Amino acid sequence: MLSFNGLVAVCVVYVAGLFAIAFLAERGAAHGRARWLNSPVTYTLSLSIYTTAWTYYGAVGSAARSGLEFMTIYLGPTLVFVGWFWLLRKIVRIGRAQRITSIADMISSRYGKSGGLAALVTVLAVIGTTPYIALQLQSVTLAFGVYARPGAFGAPDPDYTAVWVAGGLALFTIIFGTRSLDANERHPGLVSAIALEAIVKLMALLAVGVFVVWGVAAGPADILARIEASPIAQWNGDGARWLGLTVLSGAAILSLPRMFQVLVVENQDERHLATASWAFPLYLLLMSVFVVPIAVVGLAELPGGNPDLFVLTLPLQMGQGGLALLAFLGGFSAATSMVIVAALALSTMISNHIIVPIWMAAKRGGGAMSGDMRQVALFARRIAIIGILALGLIYYRLSGGAEALASMGLIAFLGVAQVLPALLGGMMWRGATRVGAAAGISVGFAIWAWMLLLPNVGAAGLFPGLVAEGPFGIGWLRPGTPFGLAETDPLLTTMVLSLALNLFCFILGSLLSFPSPLERLMGAQFVNVYDHSPTPAAWRGSVGTADDLLVMASRILGTTRAGRLFSEAAAAQGRDDHLPEPTPDFLELLERELAGSVGAATAHAMVGQITGGASVSVRDLLAVADETAHMMEYSSQLEQKSAELTETAARLREANRKLTELSVQKDSFLSQVSHELRTPMTSIRSFSEILMQADTLEPEARARFSRIIHDESQRLTRLLDDLLDLSVLESGRVSLNRQPVLLSEVIDRAVHATSALAEGRRLAIIRDRATEEIEIVTDADRLVQVFINLIANAQKYCVAEHPELRIEVRRGVDRVDLEFADNGEGIPARQESLIFEKFARLDSGSGVPGAGLGLAISREIMSRIGGGLAYVPGRRGAVFRVALPAPARDAA
Amino acid sequence: MTLRVLLVEDEMNILEAIRFILSREGWDVRGHGNGATAVEMIVRVAPDILVLDVMLPGRSGFDILRDLRGRPDTADLPVLMLSAKGQTRDRETALALGANAFMTKPFSNSELVETLNRLVPAHRSADRAGGAGGAGA
Repeated sequence: MLSFNGLVAVCVVYVAGLFAIAFLAERGAAHGRARWLNSPVTYTLSLSIYTTAWTYYGAVGSAARSGLEFMTIYLGPTLVFVGWFWLLRKIVRIGRAQRITSIADMISSRYGKSGGLAALVTVLAVIGTTPYIALQLQSVTLAFGVYARPGAFGAPDPDYTAVWVAGGLALFTIIFGTRSLDANERHPGLVSAIALEAIVKLMALLAVGVFVVWGVAAGPADILARIEASPIAQWNGDGARWLGLTVLSGAAILSLPRMFQVLVVENQDERHLATASWAFPLYLLLMSVFVVPIAVVGLAELPGGNPDLFVLTLPLQMGQGGLALLAFLGGFSAATSMVIVAALALSTMISNHIIVPIWMAAKRGGGAMSGDMRQVALFARRIAIIGILALGLIYYRLSGGAEALASMGLIAFLGVAQVLPALLGGMMWRGATRVGAAAGISVGFAIWAWMLLLPNVGAAGLFPGLVAEGPFGIGWLRPGTPFGLAETDPLLTTMVLSLALNLFCFILGSLLSFPSPLERLMGAQFVNVYDHSPTPAAWRGSVGTADDLLVMASRILGTTRAGRLFSEAAAAQGRDDHLPEPTPDFLELLERELAGSVGAATAHAMVGQITGGASVSVRDLLAVADETAHMMEYSSQLEQKSAELTETAARLREANRKLTELSVQKDSFLSQVSHELRTPMTSIRSFSEILMQADTLEPEARARFSRIIHDESQRLTRLLDDLLDLSVLESGRVSLNRQPVLLSEVIDRAVHATSALAEGRRLAIIRDRATEEIEIVTDADRLVQVFINLIANAQKYCVAEHPELRIEVRRGVDRVDLEFADNGEGIPARQESLIFEKFARLDSGSGVPGAGLGLAISREIMSRIGGGLAYVPGRRGAVFRVALPAPARDAA
Repeated sequence: MTLRVLLVEDEMNILEAIRFILSREGWDVRGHGNGATAVEMIVRVAPDILVLDVMLPGRSGFDILRDLRGRPDTADLPVLMLSAKGQTRDRETALALGANAFMTKPFSNSELVETLNRLVPAHRSADRAGGAGGAGA
């Protein structure tokens, strides 16, 4: 027989082999080469973590004690896989479509991403799984114990064995379970290792079975005879318990966190499930076929021995060292694979639903799972894995007794089965609500904890007082048997009671509450998953995937940038090709690059769509909608800015146009001023030269020429005065001297001033003095100036035979209008707009020189004193209207 | 035979000054103040030299000049253009349109006379010179 140290060495080598397999698989997956990883066989074998050390060793023990009852543990899953295949398929489809990461995620997603519900399920899962992990540690420790005979060299302390095993498993899980945050939470290395372990444990059990049937007994016939003779044959099955246990184990395959992990999360291709639907029951059948023979032979050959260890002790007893070693490794495999997957599944749940939310809340806000957040999540998972194994270890150390642990398996099943109504109900019934789910799970969980968990934990010595006397000494509330419920079969009683009340509360709660919009949406997505998610595409190999990724990336990043990104990644991977393998690292890089353009959630959804075949979940859509909203807001800001810019540009163009126009006007004005100045200067110069040179000039001519020089000088002076006046008025520096004055007086002054100017033709001015008796407050001198200009214009331009100017005053509500209308020809319509321009020259045909600055100055004055001056078109003569602002009162 | 010069100028004082100066030189001076009827007047008067202002009521001096250069009977008429705007562009425009000389107002009387003398057509100047020369021969 192998020494204990030898055994330890074999274990170390075996574990090292597992490491190697996992490592190779991980690398193969990263390079897209490991086709065997992505096969239905691997998937089916990974499902075999259902058969833990508890079933590996315990089934024989159970058969020895309770006959065929152990069959229920295999029967339940078989019925589910064969009979409820449609349900499994739906779960897998939903899980892939929504990128579900755990059973807690599944339930919380269905009920509107309820964090509370997820945390509740997580706690439930941890409580339900911890005894199970303890059980595995115990089985491994016991198996080691078999090898370490008391007194033998290097006798191990069982406690230390458990610690070593737990530590090793924690390390393995951390290495292959939390290497990086994969978009789909898949762990090819880990899955390949547990697939290998599945083969080892099946081979071991079959080998022991074959040995027992043909090596110890004399073949099948002998075995059948022995069974007939054994107590197992007399076993009379309790129908209710059979049914109950079958249902329970069937429920377990759906609701155990570790089963969900391999069944849904690690599923690479939905079609693998079809193979598993017959292959997995076959595996279970093979696992169970030799259980009874081993039990019967064990009971006969090893009377008084622990039936739970017959698988190991029988070959040992028979001197089959090699076979015993294989049996040991089988049990070791069963225990380790379960613990690894359970720890992985739980750590995901704890990290995602407890630690990260708390961390995010503490950080206030936080962001998507990126960068910093990823590190936090990974760290949380590692801590969680260590914590879970530590919890299992502590539980194992505290509970101590082997019997207590063995019974915990089924109890744990029932604990996690409490999520079943919420899980299945959520998939079938759109009316299921978060309130109903939370109520059902809480009630079922409470009943289970009170009636099964507490008594069993309490019996182990934790709360002896509470268990014996009830809380606060209230006997009828005693855990285990509240209300005096019969103790005949606590498991069955609790199961019926907890699941029935769970279901009742779930339905009632759902009926009484209203689902949130998100819940309604998710309900539809879950219940009608086949309408919402496309049939997953066939596995196309990594090159196709990389191609698709490149096409997608090109659309978003542009061909050049995407091409460079892919080529660089390919070069970094040491490939000649321009397409890199879609390794998790590369996908993460790609996602980051895409996130820069389209946002993290969108990038994640897009990459997931191509690599995982997962359809875009509602959660993704909401995140995408969020991002889109942000982008739209941003883009509308841009649009607004762009509109502002356009407007500014238009204003600039307009300003530029005005400036150009002003510049042209200024040039034209200067040219006009030059003309107006040079014209009198010309006469002055010419006549001056004539006067200087011609001494013989007649006195009359001399006098006339001097007169012209004088007049032209005055014209120059007037012009300069006007220019200065206009300049002052236009610059706004003019100071007005407002005084109350009678309008009639103002007109009188203007008429008087112009009468002096009138030469030759006499302009008749027609007034109605009665209407002019209005007191106005204005700058009288300026107003006189305006009136003089208007009268002078009429004098100059009115071509009528008997020129007359009619001045009419009209009082409005808040203004006074004066009309200066002559009886001339008026101004041609096309030139009406020109008359107020400086130096406007009208083609009046009358041979009268240009109007100069008079009207321009008048209009400027009127606007300064708060009125207006306009030409009134369409009359016979030229008509100007002067508008005066009126705080006008009648003269006293 | 006296030279006939036509002044198209709307400023009566300027017209009077030029008329006085050129009359003193012994020229037959006619005046006209409206741009619109100027071409008609020029054709009718058929002057030896035309003095044409740019800024005229009714029609600009440039337009009138363009018309003149387009007519066979006035295509070669010597034209002195006057402008008070003082812009070099006006000078260029005038010369491009076929003006024989361009002066900016105000001008000196002697300069005006000299310029006009230079513009006297060859046959008219030959007449005068010929008369003198004939006397000499």
